Amino acid sequence: MKKDNSRRSFLKNIALAAGSAIALSSCDMKAIDNFLQKNFRTLSKDEVDDIIASLQQEYKEKYGKEFTVSAKPATDGILFGYALDLSRCIGCRRCVYACVEENNQSRDPQIHWIQVLQMEKEKGIDFADSNIHYNPEKVPEEGHFYLPVQCQQCRNPQCTTVCPVKATWQEPDGIVVVDYNWCIGCRYCMAACPYGARHFNWAEPSVPDDELNTNVHYLGNRPRMKGVVEKCTFCIQRVREGRYPACVEVCPVGARKFGNLLDPESEIRYILENKRVLVLKQELNTQPKFYYFFGV
Amino acid sequence: MNLIYNHIPDRCCSPQRKQKSPHPLLLRSIFLIIVLVIAACHTREKRYNQHVLPAEAPTSPEQTEEFAVEAPPFTEGIFPCSDCHNELEPNPTRRELDWHEEVTSIFDHDKENRWCLDCHDLNNRDSLRLASGKLLSFEESYKLCGQCHGEKLRDWRVGVHGKRTGQWNGQKHYLLCVHCHNPHAPKFEPLTPEPPPLPQKISK
Repeated sequence: MKKDNSRRSFLKNIALAAGSAIALSSCDMKAIDNFLQKNFRTLSKDEVDDIIASLQQEYKEKYGKEFTVSAKPATDGILFGYALDLSRCIGCRRCVYACVEENNQSRDPQIHWIQVLQMEKEKGIDFADSNIHYNPEKVPEEGHFYLPVQCQQCRNPQCTTVCPVKATWQEPDGIVVVDYNWCIGCRYCMAACPYGARHFNWAEPSVPDDELNTNVHYLGNRPRMKGVVEKCTFCIQRVREGRYPACVEVCPVGARKFGNLLDPESEIRYILENKRVLVLKQELNTQPKFYYFFGV
Repeated sequence: MNLIYNHIPDRCCSPQRKQKSPHPLLLRSIFLIIVLVIAACHTREKRYNQHVLPAEAPTSPEQTEEFAVEAPPFTEGIFPCSDCHNELEPNPTRRELDWHEEVTSIFDHDKENRWCLDCHDLNNRDSLRLASGKLLSFEESYKLCGQCHGEKLRDWRVGVHGKRTGQWNGQKHYLLCVHCHNPHAPKFEPLTPEPPPLPQKISK
């Protein structure tokens, strides 16, 4: 084979080498690692640990704070369930903002995982006629009741089946989660969810540095990026440690109840067995684990 | 049917096309690959779902009567009541008080039929008193409320009425009835709501 030692070929090779060097140097190793990261469910324990460590490092550089990133898996024998007392809720929206703060939701553009619907008592549960922008001096208002809606944590979730890349799934303890690193932002899940419970980061989320919650879970409230979908996870970072979700603890009227559906002694089971209970849009067969009940 | 479609050239069923159908072996191998990929995905998911922490031993259920409650919310400087009442002559006659204005001005708890000594004890002012005459500390005031509101007390005990904080599977912190309901005017006060969500922006 004849060697091509011409000036033309030398210049061509130099240009090629320089171009590749520039292309490689512009994206650091972390970006490459991020790009090559696998779906969360296929990672080994060691790979998860590496990712957690690099995330903690990344957050420290970005926000100047020490983050505790957890990837604690589900515990056997636990299926989380939630109940909300419609006869108590007064529509004060304390839960909405406790959730925003606990779960690092973007302030601008605004994302709320909980929406409180105001409805007329005369009409009953009527989504078409509900109002989320009510703003009177005092709540509750005469003749109205309030129905907070968040992820219903369906047993038969349609949001997960439509995901083309399997970036969202139901955990063994029943929580439907999103791997933000794997989400491609197609928003199919938002179209599939009949409860409007999924929210999209249309722009880079903004959370004031002093309001960041640094106690985060990989599948939950860790800082999100532009172009991914997020949703209520029952405060996975809290409930997997045995604590109540933030909305339960803040509710001033004690309308929110939480517990293990598989534990016959739990308050959630007491409610299911002794109170009048309903789920939203039962006819769709989504089988929510989020129940509404009448405590009185 | 023919009437509608007869203007479309019948391309897919033309004889030239038919001869070019892929080799059956190729079709079979494609089918096999798809099945293998689906099976692989399912096993991966299954393996992930089996990766759970072992179930924890149930937390000690011995506390059935004792509730972890916060101290009762007294108005500052009002307790112990005996500080003032020791110097006063006890008077069991039902009457309009000309003292304790902070209570009489708001009192709205079956006002027609009840007054101070239905819940407070005549002789021991630092105690509450059940209808049976049994004395009760202010920390156990829920038992007093439960004399009439038995159904609420039952729900409260199991954690359905009222607010719980702490651990959903362990130590729960209870609030007394009086943390949320003023015992002299128990109706829940309306609250100022937090701001509504912003209207959705079309563009920034």
